[in-house]
Amino acid sequence: MKRLTPVIEWGTLLLSTGIVVFFLVVILLDLTIKGMPALSWEFISTFPTEGMTKGGILPAIIGTVLLTLITAAAAAPFGICCAIYLNEYAAETWITKLIRASIRNLAGIPSIIYGLFGLALFVQGLGMGTSLLSAGLTLGLLSLPYIITTTEEALRRIPNSTREAALAVGATQFESIRDVVLPSALPGILTGLVLTLSRAAGETAPILFTGVAFYINNPTGYLNQEFMALPYHLYMLSTQHHSIEEVRPLAYGTALVLLCVVFFLNLTAFYIRYKHNKNGPRAH
Amino acid sequence: MDQEHIKLSAEGVNLSFGSKQVLKNIDIAFPEHQITALIGPSGCGKSSLLRAFNRMHDLSSNARIEGKFNLEDQDLYEKNISVTRVRSRIGMVFQKANPFPKSIYENINYGLKINGIPKDQRPGIIEKALKESYLWDEVKDELHKPAITLSGGQQQRLCIARTVALRPEVILMDEPCSALDPLSTLKIEDLILKLKKKYTIVIVTHNMQQAQRIADKTVFMYLGEIIEQGDTGDVFNNPKNELTGNYVRGRFG
Repeated sequence: MKRLTPVIEWGTLLLSTGIVVFFLVVILLDLTIKGMPALSWEFISTFPTEGMTKGGILPAIIGTVLLTLITAAAAAPFGICCAIYLNEYAAETWITKLIRASIRNLAGIPSIIYGLFGLALFVQGLGMGTSLLSAGLTLGLLSLPYIITTTEEALRRIPNSTREAALAVGATQFESIRDVVLPSALPGILTGLVLTLSRAAGETAPILFTGVAFYINNPTGYLNQEFMALPYHLYMLSTQHHSIEEVRPLAYGTALVLLCVVFFLNLTAFYIRYKHNKNGPRAH
Repeated sequence: MDQEHIKLSAEGVNLSFGSKQVLKNIDIAFPEHQITALIGPSGCGKSSLLRAFNRMHDLSSNARIEGKFNLEDQDLYEKNISVTRVRSRIGMVFQKANPFPKSIYENINYGLKINGIPKDQRPGIIEKALKESYLWDEVKDELHKPAITLSGGQQQRLCIARTVALRPEVILMDEPCSALDPLSTLKIEDLILKLKKKYTIVIVTHNMQQAQRIADKTVFMYLGEIIEQGDTGDVFNNPKNELTGNYVRGRFG
């Protein structure tokens, strides 16, 4: 009896891992096999034509890229500054603990709520209308808690002796953060930022009410106009189109492109971390 | 004791973190151009005392400090005094070498830059500081390599170079050799002995032999209080207090 236990333990763990990997592989294979035929230079470089049944997804790609950039521009400065304040300046009182707990909770709020909040605040309250800007700011709000949390973790990994080294040669606290702490934490901060953005790029619910459009035929890129985005395009093609069967290959193609965008962002994060570990291995 | 010029001193020091008192009514004085060793078991408050002089406790929100700290006639905790000025007059070398994640050259240049030393004077000061720390010959051809590629002992000498480049009057050392091998330790001790001609040095150490090899004065601390202070020879060979005797003979610690 006793000798069976390790086998069972080991088997359970292996089985769990196997199930996870199995589904992952099936999803990736299914998407690749069914999406590949749709992929072509034309698919990613032209506008959709004939009621979405032909043509490409260029405006959705541009829309997603611009949306992600606006999200980054809106959320990164505030998020990073907030994390610096919490980790470097704020005393550990019940107020900071409360703020930190609230930020953690914000990260758990369903994204559709952010969508409704964005609709109320940016679209209606501030009169920005359904637009690229409104949607980007809404996604920025969604990303803030993640950026704050990952930045704080990156800062916490910098040993105090590094801060003290700068203070001891006569640097002010601000100089020590600007010149020594932030450069050391930058790879960690960037990794967190890119991973957060890759999450935001795939979100549908927050942009649903705030600016995404089913179809636009004019050039995209104006902050005050509606736009197309990959996740929403995929949602429309797979559930809302008048001839779903006909556009299915295009839906798979879109899914594959979205996956590639997210994968590329994750790869960037991985590369930053790899390069940092290679160049500056620090023992602490 | 003969009449020595007191460089750095503290009177009536009490320090607590939250409800924990770590220093109790400390009176201490460090004579100029001498090496004073602070010894005592872990947690006796010797590092906390050392760090009070260059105001390293300023950023701990729960630290409460009272007492009078003087560098010559300057009150170090006076309201209008600039804390960065205090820290460039009183340099510090830490337990674990903590070079900046920059090049060897930049490690020294940084302190000069933020203290407003003109650009054209810096290369000369950097070379001089590296020579003073006996590191120049080892690094002169690779000044722009990351400091992290140096050995532990070299990194610690770089940290000393970074400190002396600012021409401080006092150098505080917090167990500077505790992470080093015996050979690197001897090199640093050698360096410290040479530095005392120009600087007043206070060193925290756990190593009794080290204190006897380099220190002119020794201060024994226990549970946040100074138990005994005097010439190193007297403290080690003729301790007045029984606790001191037991500690330096290695009966506890």
